[in-house]
Amino acid sequence: MIDASVLERVLAAALRTGGDFAEVFAEDRLVSSAQLDDGKVEEFTSGRERGAGIRVIRGASTGFAHTADLSEVGLREAAAAAAAAAEGGGAGTKTVGLTRRTVVRTHDIATFPETIGKRDKAEMLLRADVAARAEGSAIEQVSAGYADSRRKILVANSDGLLAEDDQVRVRFSVSCVAVGDSGRQSAFEGPGGTIGFEFFDRYPPEETARLAARRAITLLDARPAPSGELPIVLERGAGGVMFHEACGHGLEADLVGRDASVFKGRLGQQVASPLVTIIDDGTFAEEWGTYAIDDEGQTAQRNVLIENGILTDYMWDLVRARREGRPSSGNGRRQTYQYLPMVRMTNTYLPRGETDPADIISDTPYGVYCVQLGGGSVDTASGDFVFGVTEAYLIEDGKITAPLRQAQLIGNGPEVLTLIDAVGNDFATWPGTCGKDGQGVPVSSGQPTLRIARMTMGGTAS
Amino acid sequence: MSVGAGVDLEALAARVVANARPGEQVETYVVRSRETEVKVFGGHVESVSVAGVQGAGIRVIIGGCQGYAWAGSLDADVVLETLAEARDNAGFGTPDEHIGLATREEAASVGAVEGLDLWRDDLASITTEAKVALALDLERRALGLDTRVRGVESAEYGDSMVESAIANSLGLASAARRTTASCSVVTMAGEGSETRTAYGFSAGRTFGDLDPDQAARDAVERTVRILGGRKVPSAKLPVIVDPLVCTSLLGLYGAALNGEGIIKGRSMFAGRDGERVGGDAITLVDDPTEPRAFGASPFDSEGIPTRRTPLIVDGMLRGFLHNVYTGRRSGAGTTGSAVRGFKSAPGVGARALRLTPGNRTLAELMSDAGEALYVQSVSGLHSGTNIVSGDFSVGAVGLMIRDGVLAEPVREVTIASTLQRILLDLTVGSDEVWLPGSAVGVPLLVGEMALSGS
Repeated sequence: MIDASVLERVLAAALRTGGDFAEVFAEDRLVSSAQLDDGKVEEFTSGRERGAGIRVIRGASTGFAHTADLSEVGLREAAAAAAAAAEGGGAGTKTVGLTRRTVVRTHDIATFPETIGKRDKAEMLLRADVAARAEGSAIEQVSAGYADSRRKILVANSDGLLAEDDQVRVRFSVSCVAVGDSGRQSAFEGPGGTIGFEFFDRYPPEETARLAARRAITLLDARPAPSGELPIVLERGAGGVMFHEACGHGLEADLVGRDASVFKGRLGQQVASPLVTIIDDGTFAEEWGTYAIDDEGQTAQRNVLIENGILTDYMWDLVRARREGRPSSGNGRRQTYQYLPMVRMTNTYLPRGETDPADIISDTPYGVYCVQLGGGSVDTASGDFVFGVTEAYLIEDGKITAPLRQAQLIGNGPEVLTLIDAVGNDFATWPGTCGKDGQGVPVSSGQPTLRIARMTMGGTAS
Repeated sequence: MSVGAGVDLEALAARVVANARPGEQVETYVVRSRETEVKVFGGHVESVSVAGVQGAGIRVIIGGCQGYAWAGSLDADVVLETLAEARDNAGFGTPDEHIGLATREEAASVGAVEGLDLWRDDLASITTEAKVALALDLERRALGLDTRVRGVESAEYGDSMVESAIANSLGLASAARRTTASCSVVTMAGEGSETRTAYGFSAGRTFGDLDPDQAARDAVERTVRILGGRKVPSAKLPVIVDPLVCTSLLGLYGAALNGEGIIKGRSMFAGRDGERVGGDAITLVDDPTEPRAFGASPFDSEGIPTRRTPLIVDGMLRGFLHNVYTGRRSGAGTTGSAVRGFKSAPGVGARALRLTPGNRTLAELMSDAGEALYVQSVSGLHSGTNIVSGDFSVGAVGLMIRDGVLAEPVREVTIASTLQRILLDLTVGSDEVWLPGSAVGVPLLVGEMALSGS
């Protein structure tokens, strides 16, 4: 994307005011998307964004500037602005020699989306529309979205690092509205992966459409969700977002470092039920949150955060890791070149356990069985978190019975982690966009079917 | 004055649409902003980010088919490539007779509001040092107000100067610019293992509008008053929501009154025009011509003048928000409610929702309510609510109200109802607060909600 000799000169210019560390992050992102609604392909959209973000670190302070101009002149201007913005000042001459790092990919892309014609992409939307409407006349509205992105990134820093990555993602989503005597209900299904157009071999549009349509139809018969504490069984895949909220964010070293995490100072301690192991794995092949290098040029890793209930490590970005004299865990990410990187999750999951999921249900006299969750959020300082339940059923006498309307579950992270009392031997993941401090990045989460002895469900039925 | 590089936005937009071919409609939206963000921590600058962002979004319509393309650049060659890409994309849409750009006739249906003063030249002359000093001052104030405050999670200053222009090949052109400045702080308080956080902020059109002392006081007051909060038993009870929570709630109603959702059946209000949806005292309008509203704007994102749009009048559903497409398709006509960034074609959205205030102050609402819950913040607004079914269930932090005053704090509970029921059971307070975002805050009393706790 940019010549190594240019990068070396830009980094040297960035350090001219006495910075300790300088970095150029360049990005060339190509996106294409299409939206179907009401049986019509509403529009195709394509977009392109190129530019570089330059940061200069001096002590604990960071100066940052970005530019859409990737010429040497443009980069040097941004470097000067970043250097000026770093606190303090001074003068220094540093030379930087870059060494290219070999990047190891977890998987190959079979079919780059830009090689697929727009008509073929539109076809996926139309197939979804037909399949969803075939689920029943109650389906009144179908919307479907296709989106692909190709993100080429380059990172060069004053430690001499030079690394590049090429990240390809495809996502497909369907949302349906069903109408019945009880009113209107909507439901959503949206798989995604760090994968090319071969995505559709794994997730045919019809499959995604049927899941969304059936969910909306099921909800027409839903009754108000219970109100109060009760056992919660999370179906495989559905509950990953809970771990993302219940402990994932609290294990991000930036939040820990500012005293804003309930998990601060608890390394080596029992923080969860012995059934709980939590892994954040940026190398999980084809998953939505996967990459070869993070946005600071660090190699993606599989990091064990909690092992059999014991807190083993936090997630780190380069800056905070350097300050602590330890390596980054490959979790430094940013939404685009226009943002500073920070500690972010990748694919966060609880590995499979030993119990047959059917036994977990039959062993639950009364509770709620959650099949799909919406997003969630957490206050990392207190550990209190919520997540929305978008498909759930009552469990009565060990059997799944009536569907329930949408409601929120609320709990406290450290407490809920200790209340997990059954972990199944199945597994699935779920893609989403994680928002933190105004930046969204693709992540996934995963888990086997499991049970939480009690959580508060925010329904309206007493 | 202008900010950033010297591209004349209106001229660039006009130049692009001049490339429209016979039988083709072209619309160009160009935007340029200059932003500063300062974060401080522990008495030091954590980061200073100074940046200009620019972009162009181009819509091409050929034979009722729409294509869109965007680029993060105002470089003339890049913008022309983007036009070619949008033109190509138009070949793959499904024809729709209602698709089309805004016409001069549609734009002339109301006059543009005069004198909306959304830009402050002086913001460009504020030094980075002054902005850093404000953020440091904010952090220091927040730490010094109460001994129970044990830290500041974040203290930030941010501002932006945004200019944009729209031109279309039917001869419509408009330009807009606005400045904003804000500072915010999240304080942490607690003893032992308990830590509670809350947020305070100040916002305005320029640096001089900011009141860091008030932001710090709000954050500290809201943090220390919830210390010692507990989960309480589940109950049905009246709920009073803070003006900040009110703006979030109005955001949901605004989304449900979006004409796009209405014509596509994706709203609880679809097919209910003219019906009763609220109590007699409930009147909700969207009024971007109101100068005090942060979302005020003379034109919408298709170049149509904005106006006051009544949505619910005396409890009756009277209107929806429309852009050109939804306005034509529904027959209601555009209400000047197109909203967009440069990365997408115009959608529909509210800019300045406002409930007609009632005549009860917050103190009076509290004494009216009896035993009730005061909610100062909610969580999960986008995961536990649904504007199609109306289901509403969110995490809540607040305090019990007893004998008309705030009593013990409450945590880790949810409040639930339906959006339909809330509107029918709502008393609007009298004290309005002009807040950032697309709605005006006012305290609200909801007659009954389900609180879920232990």
